[in-house]
This record gives sequence, C-alpha cells and structure tokens, in this order.
Amino acid sequence: MPYDPALVAPMRQEMVDMGVQELTSADEVESFLANADGTTLVFINSVCGCAAGSARPGLRIALGNDHKPDRVGTVFAGQHVEATARVREAFAQFPPSSPSAVLFKAGEPVFYLPRHMIEGRDGPSVAFELVTAFDQFCN
Amino acid sequence: MGTFHDDKGELHGMTVVVETNGPRVYIGRCDTQTPEGIVLLDADHHDEGQDGKSNDDYLSFAAKYGVFKKHDHIVVPAAEITTVRRLGELA
Repeated sequence: MPYDPALVAPMRQEMVDMGVQELTSADEVESFLANADGTTLVFINSVCGCAAGSARPGLRIALGNDHKPDRVGTVFAGQHVEATARVREAFAQFPPSSPSAVLFKAGEPVFYLPRHMIEGRDGPSVAFELVTAFDQFCN
Repeated sequence: MGTFHDDKGELHGMTVVVETNGPRVYIGRCDTQTPEGIVLLDADHHDEGQDGKSNDDYLSFAAKYGVFKKHDHIVVPAAEITTVRRLGELA
C-alpha cells in the first residue's frame, strides 16, 4: 500500500524545489529515459530518515557542481510504485534499494549509489560521492 | 525530513553484515537487536562456497551494490552471531 500522500509531500517538494523532474508513472519514466543523449540521473526518493534525510540535501549540494547530469529525475519508492519499478528495470543488474541514485550515460547505467552508501552519512558526504561520479561521467 | 525510530537502537535502519560461527553470512536492514538475536528486513544470506563464490567475494559485491533480498524478515539467533557491522564500512 502506498504511503499517505500527506506524509511524503514535503519530501517530494524538496526534490521539486531543487529543480528535479518528478516522475510519477511508468509512462513518465519511459519518456524520461527514452532520451539517451548525454547523462541522466534518477534519484529514488524514500521516507527513510536514516538515509533519505541526508540523500536529498546531498543531491542538492551535488547539483551545484560544475559537472552535472544533463537531466535529473526522481521517483518515490513506496509511493509511485509503477514508476519506481520501471526505473529499476533500467538498472536491473544492481540490487534495488531506496534511497539510491543511478547515473546513466548514453542510456547505460554507469554509476550506482545504493542506500547502504548513504546510511549514517551527512549531506556533504553524500554529495562528495555524487560529485565524484559527475566529474567522471558528466560534462 | 524523514522517519526516525530512536528507540530501536543505533543500527536500526542500517544495512548490516551479520557474520556467524558457521558458513553463513547475512546482509539486511537492521530492525532491532535483542538478547535473542537480530531482526533483519529485506535480507539476503550466503553460504561459503555457494554458487562458486566465497563469502569474501559475496561481501565484495555487496559492499559496492547491495544485495538482492531473499527474505522480507529474518531473525538471526544471538548464539550464532560473531560480528555485526555496517555494510557501508566495507565499501
């Protein structure tokens, strides 16, 4: 059963406020990922305070980097179930977790930040991981 | 902003590696630790040599990418546990 929309609304809004495109259906994910030019980051959002509470600020910091993905989208695990499942199909070689982030280049997943690499870390530490990947793969 | 459960111990919500006094190692999200054992959610386990992989090989992959869960919920008895550590520490 999906989360209460009122519970997740502030966590969704936090993403929108940083300019990330929200993907709420499988069709929206399909369209978003269909553009395989350049680099695309998808952030799998979550209610988890142990990890998502630092992952979102970490992403916000990382998006201030000179090198960053051409497109950034987000799905909410446990809320937008079909959208999340569709994203996970695109990187099925990696075990699913949330929160997490996956970076695609030319349509192929090239970097995955799973939940256990976020747990217990603060926003700047999460940002460091993302920026390292952005510097390697993004223009 | 998120959900917190401060009454469940410092490892609550953390993905942990539970090593045992046998050939099996578990990885899962710690729910609670009690004198009886540790409750893991979305957990996987691996036995030494399973699928031609050592536990070290298994942990090496898991440290980078995580695990595909085999169990929604599993209890590892305290009598079998030798170490509990965060998976993130292995990365």
